[in-house]
Amino acid sequence: MRFNVWKYASPPTFYRLAGTLAPWFLGLAALLAAAGLYMGFFIAPTDFQQGESYRIIFIHVPSAWMSMFIYAVMAFWCAMGLVFNTRLSFMMALALAPTGAMFTFVALWSGALWGKPTWGTWWVWDARLTSELILLFLYIGFLSLHAAIDDTRRADRAAALLALVGVINVPIIYFSVQWWSTLHQGASVSLTRAPTMAATMLLGMLIMSLSAWMYAIGVSFLRVRSIMLGRESEAEWVRELGALTR
Amino acid sequence: MTGLGLAPVFAAVVARDLTLALRRRSDVLTTFFFFVIVVSLFPLGVGAQSNVLRSIGPGVVWVAALLASMLALVRLFASDFDDGTLEQMVLSPQPLVLLVVAKVFAHWLVSGLPLVLVAPLLGLQFDLPASALGVMVMTLLLGTPCLSLIGAIGAALTLGVRGAGGLLALLVLPLYVPVLIFGAAAVSASVSGMSTSAHLSVLGACLLLALVLGPWASAAAVRIAIE
Amino acid sequence: MLWVLGPNGSGKTTLLRLLCGLLRPESGIVRWKGEDVRGAPDGLHEDLLYLGHAPAVKDDLSSRENLRFGLAQTGIGITPGEADAALDEFGLAGLEAAPTRTLSQGQKRRAALSRLALGAAKALWILDEPFTALDAQAVQLVQAHLARQLTRGGCVVFTSHHEVELAGHAVTRLQLAQ
Repeated sequence: MRFNVWKYASPPTFYRLAGTLAPWFLGLAALLAAAGLYMGFFIAPTDFQQGESYRIIFIHVPSAWMSMFIYAVMAFWCAMGLVFNTRLSFMMALALAPTGAMFTFVALWSGALWGKPTWGTWWVWDARLTSELILLFLYIGFLSLHAAIDDTRRADRAAALLALVGVINVPIIYFSVQWWSTLHQGASVSLTRAPTMAATMLLGMLIMSLSAWMYAIGVSFLRVRSIMLGRESEAEWVRELGALTR
Repeated sequence: MTGLGLAPVFAAVVARDLTLALRRRSDVLTTFFFFVIVVSLFPLGVGAQSNVLRSIGPGVVWVAALLASMLALVRLFASDFDDGTLEQMVLSPQPLVLLVVAKVFAHWLVSGLPLVLVAPLLGLQFDLPASALGVMVMTLLLGTPCLSLIGAIGAALTLGVRGAGGLLALLVLPLYVPVLIFGAAAVSASVSGMSTSAHLSVLGACLLLALVLGPWASAAAVRIAIE
Repeated sequence: MLWVLGPNGSGKTTLLRLLCGLLRPESGIVRWKGEDVRGAPDGLHEDLLYLGHAPAVKDDLSSRENLRFGLAQTGIGITPGEADAALDEFGLAGLEAAPTRTLSQGQKRRAALSRLALGAAKALWILDEPFTALDAQAVQLVQAHLARQLTRGGCVVFTSHHEVELAGHAVTRLQLAQ
């Protein structure tokens, strides 16, 4: 039996699927977070140079990774929406944006909290921090543009175009530490080389990243359901849902 | 009646926008004087110490250019959108990208180029050496077209939207940041006697990127706005 | 000749804009000469003359400049003489050089409609409310142009609240319900 992906482009079908899956993702996220934080704060050793303050890495790095990853996924759904004109693609992008913005904000704040004891300053205008801040503005711009346009279809498409124009920022953030000599440390984790940090630190970070990812999926599923209900409130399937709950 | 090639069509659109700008001189002059005033306020506010002025000068001129450019952007498509002429452009058999580039070019001639020409005079207020002023002109010459090209995307996306001016700023400023950073840094480097070639190259690259992708994105945004 | 009728708000303008390819249909495809109007718009744009609700004239330009620039951006160059001839035909003799800001509503509409005099090469005319704000003489003039377009073998799709009759040409009516 061929797995028909397009079936899930239909809002009522996806509504049910998202509703079933969301609690699992969120539950998994909670478990992973518990494991990751335990590893991070109790098992991983004290850092040679930075002492205990480095432990914020278990919040900072996963949020930073998610902030970039979510933007890329959001841009992907925007592109899908523009090319295939599927309503659900735009709704998914809109559902992802607030979570992405949150992770960006957390990354910036946790970075500042880390920077103070380590570099002696809350903020510095180096390439990576500046481009991460730009990312936050891009998320906010996306949400603001969407909110400002009354016609939903036009809002979806305009915001989608904006997201795609801004996607150029993501590789800039990622590669900024290689292209410029910045205060922010270089990549310790690479797909090709062995990592330069202790195994337990790395594991803790990866577990937290996975947790953040599961959380992002779960919460986006819940949010997209809410968006679907709002937009399709006139549709047959929504009225049937309403009848069920009565 | 004769058929027109791409170049005459481009020239006609530029001529049209320039004619319109000349007949509404007040809009154009407002942007120009805004730039001059903003730049001139800084020495008054910050104090006349040359070393302070010299260090903030490049940044101040560049930020003022950014803000002036954004003020002017709102007008790029708005009037055509309101009276129906933009719709006619979308329906033209000529490529919309060509018409958009022509409009952006005319817009730059009227809003960007004057800033480039007056900037050296304003730079004197900040006690910048002549070589730095030369670099400033160079960076603005490369950078202001970037601002117009990138800003056009924002102008098209916010057509007919409530609070378009503020929203335009929010959308477009993050995209302007690289141009600002390299533009101001080039001038600062020149003041300190360091090499500016790297910064100017990056600015040139930004301009090329903006030239290639900007009009295409703006045309797409115009089509979305017309829907 | 297709006359689209319907009460206010029934979607006449929307339909016309869909035909032009300005709007994307939720479902289905609009085709001109067999080609999808959204996917390959150039074919349609070569053959289309569209006059929408807004008169599409710039207030700060003269009628002559509006006509010449308007056609130039579609790739057609006309001399000032040709522009003036078209404007005179629509009763704007002597006003060709005045900024359209100074014209009355009816005169502005006639300035916009003067494109019809130069639109012989366009096979498809889509006109949204072409008869609004026109006096009886101007209405006759527009109808004469429509008749000429049809005689040439062209198509006209329009909306109008006025009764339109063209001798020798059948009108197909499309009534939109609320």
